[in-house]
Amino acid sequence: MTEILDLTAAQAAAAVERGELDRSELFETYRERAAADELNAYLWVADEAPHANGARVGPLSGVPLAVKDLFCTKDVPSQAGSKILEHYRPPYTATVVDRLASAGAPLLGKTNQDEFAMGSSNENSAYGPVLNPWDRARVPGGSSGGSAAAVASGSAPWAIGTDTGGSIRQPAALCGIVGLKPTYGAVSRFGMIAFASSLDQAGPLTRDVTDAALLFRHMVGHDERDSTSVAFPEEVRLPTARTLEGVRLGVPEDLTGEGVEPGVMERFDATLQLARDLGATVDRVALPHADYAISAYYVIAPAEASSNLARYDGVRYGLRREADDLLTMYTKTRHDGFGAEVKRRILIGTYALSSGYYDAYYGRAQRVRTKIADDFKNAFERVDFVVTPTSPGVAFELGAKTDDPLAMYLNDYFTAPMPLAGIPAISIPAGLSEGLPVGFQLAGPAFSENRILEAAYALEQAIGFDNSAARK
Amino acid sequence: MTDYEAVIGLEIHVQLSTRTKMFCGCELSFGEPPNTHTCEVCLGLPGALPVTNEQAIHYGLMIGMALDCQLAPRSIFHRKNYFYPDLPKGYQISQYDEPLCRGGRLGDVRIHRVHLEEDAAKLVHTGTSGRIHGADTSIVDFNRGGTPLVEIVTEPDVRSAEQAGEWLRLLRTTLRQLGVSDVNMEEGSLRCDANVSIRPVGTRELGTKTELKNMNSFRFIEKGIRAEIARQEQRLRAGEEVEQETLHFDPRTETISTLRSKEEAHDYRYFPEPDLVPIAISEAMLERAKSALPELPAARAARFERDLGLTADSARLLAWRAELGDYFEAALSADGVEAQPLANWVNELVARIDVEDPAESKVRPGALATLVGLVSERKVTQGAAKQVLDTLVAEGGDPQAIVERDGLTAIGGGDELDPVVQAALDANPEIAERLRNGDMKPIGVIIGHVMRETRGRADGGEVTRLVRAKLGL
Repeated sequence: MTEILDLTAAQAAAAVERGELDRSELFETYRERAAADELNAYLWVADEAPHANGARVGPLSGVPLAVKDLFCTKDVPSQAGSKILEHYRPPYTATVVDRLASAGAPLLGKTNQDEFAMGSSNENSAYGPVLNPWDRARVPGGSSGGSAAAVASGSAPWAIGTDTGGSIRQPAALCGIVGLKPTYGAVSRFGMIAFASSLDQAGPLTRDVTDAALLFRHMVGHDERDSTSVAFPEEVRLPTARTLEGVRLGVPEDLTGEGVEPGVMERFDATLQLARDLGATVDRVALPHADYAISAYYVIAPAEASSNLARYDGVRYGLRREADDLLTMYTKTRHDGFGAEVKRRILIGTYALSSGYYDAYYGRAQRVRTKIADDFKNAFERVDFVVTPTSPGVAFELGAKTDDPLAMYLNDYFTAPMPLAGIPAISIPAGLSEGLPVGFQLAGPAFSENRILEAAYALEQAIGFDNSAARK
Repeated sequence: MTDYEAVIGLEIHVQLSTRTKMFCGCELSFGEPPNTHTCEVCLGLPGALPVTNEQAIHYGLMIGMALDCQLAPRSIFHRKNYFYPDLPKGYQISQYDEPLCRGGRLGDVRIHRVHLEEDAAKLVHTGTSGRIHGADTSIVDFNRGGTPLVEIVTEPDVRSAEQAGEWLRLLRTTLRQLGVSDVNMEEGSLRCDANVSIRPVGTRELGTKTELKNMNSFRFIEKGIRAEIARQEQRLRAGEEVEQETLHFDPRTETISTLRSKEEAHDYRYFPEPDLVPIAISEAMLERAKSALPELPAARAARFERDLGLTADSARLLAWRAELGDYFEAALSADGVEAQPLANWVNELVARIDVEDPAESKVRPGALATLVGLVSERKVTQGAAKQVLDTLVAEGGDPQAIVERDGLTAIGGGDELDPVVQAALDANPEIAERLRNGDMKPIGVIIGHVMRETRGRADGGEVTRLVRAKLGL
């Protein structure tokens, strides 16, 4: 069993293909670990492996997959971490989950998350916080905290999550694993319970970069049921690069270390040095509007959310609080069904879209968004990737920031600009600070995932991060 | 006393007869059991996404062309946010500041804009109130939810209830000709709201408007607008003001009640629908829409006037009601029929039947053409022909046979008519005397007498000629 746990997903798939590992044993090993999980990473775990029905299992060879709660899975609870969807079992499955299942990655479990993906610590789940496997007194990050903790702790070989302002990369960083936020449109959003439609993207959370590439390869593609999805322009390749010869890295001019924990900055600088050693050049790049990303993000995302969450009204599914008249039924249902952070964002978003305020808030935020996208375009004329720490700090203690939403929002400082620009970014582990993982982020132009994965892979080999401690 | 004129703008919702719904693959419903034409998209289930129906855009472009609009090269959808149980997502996908079509004209009314959106579901309230407020229970049928709609908004160019009714009939004909909708008001595939204000005649400033919601027949629209104009006039004459509000016209009681005041108006928080990409209208799409356009009423009226020499009134009457135009053209295909008399006889026919479409009457177009031929060849008089038409409406059949069976052949020559005219003069000596003295006014009495005697078979002109000859005039 320890041997199975030591295999990455790609290695396990290869072992299955070679006939050295039995698919059922693989599934059952992880199923037992997921069922025994003590981190509150799961909201549902499969009873048994889905029947293969004799069909060929596909290129992912039966390596089981943990799926963030907000992906709809037919007849399986899909609650988006919210009480308003308690016990909700959808009649259909999200495109990306379907694709991965067809490729041979059966559903292992549904992972805990911040309610409707709103949060950076997983403390906003209606089903309780997830604990960080590196230190159970600390948060795993969010909103895909359950997926990150499951992969880091070895209760799942790999997982998918969603990233709106950092919800894949930040928990990956805080849990010492790899998280990829793809180009907007690369992966179908059909069946993903929406938070902010123009920002949400599904992506892999994995033990290493190779696993991320392998899983991502089977996630991409146009979906006729998602108008915003596009065909990925090339095949997703498994990375092999050993050097960064000729690769130009850009560090934002504004990144001086202010507001970043010294231990995180130290790991970031050490990683830059490794990159240089591998042949990369490191320059400063101007992203003059990046500083406004958090402000723009916290207008646009809540605005879209206020509309996306209007459907939870107690009429058709989910929670309903009975009342004598319609308005009271709506009010009581939404009062009892939504948590405090979700309510806060619905209020902010509703306000930002209100007649008379639209131009000052939503309109201006959209203009900032365009400026940020232009900043990146300009930067990518000079460098191949923009690099930053993924998060300003390591995993913080449970409850440390719950009373201070603004401090919590600053966790997204380095991750919010990329979804606003629609571009891909990856977080890889860059070592430990005070015994806790630190993430290193690389962002590239739209559809540059293959190049990002190559660079991340070369760095990963050089860093040689050992994440086995969290799986004990 | 001040005279007022009404200023009326219309907002028309038209359900498109596409195969599937606006944003999902469900087929449109025609009275199927409730909630059978639904899916995760039109039920607004978590995670579902809309995909725009291409056929709806095609129909929208055809409508824009038919209404002589400017078609936007790029158009986007917005979300219109409000809570109601017939709106499963909590917002309606509609268009806001970048509609599919802008500016246009149909007949004498300018078009402000035409946009696409999705219909709401159908609510049924049990209990005595009939409304959601105070209902025992309310149930929702999502079969209708997501049906493609176009909203057509006119400029405030309508000046009376009658004009509104007439123009809406033209619009209905146009849409029906396009084949883009069933345009049936009773079934709700054509729905109309009216914005009504009044102002003193001769002034240009617009008065405060009210919105009359969802009137579901041409008759109710005209009645509702008339009632609202009267209500506003009454208020202004009493020194009161008209308040901006949304109103409901109850056709049973013919009364108007407030639905919501200006203060209660929704803030719909429109913003661009992030789940859909902008619609880019390509040359190919425009070409396809253009080639799908049939001849429209305005063009048909012009053709009737130009090629057939119909009067403007006749041409318009026939073209604006497509079924009349079709019947007319079917009858016209008979050899040797003159267009204008035929048009007049189509009118005569319409006045005698209780169905809208004369093709559904017992009078075949060919039969009407034959009758018109008999009249113009003077084989039947106008009066007798009307009797024949009555018989055709009642029984159908061949006009020639009816004329012969009922002995309605015109009395042509003097031989047969002469004694009847003489008898008429003999029976009315005082009239004969006045005629003889040059006072021709009472000649109608003699003609009437002859017509009675001949059961309308005599030709009035021939009778006059004989009278003059006999009296030496």
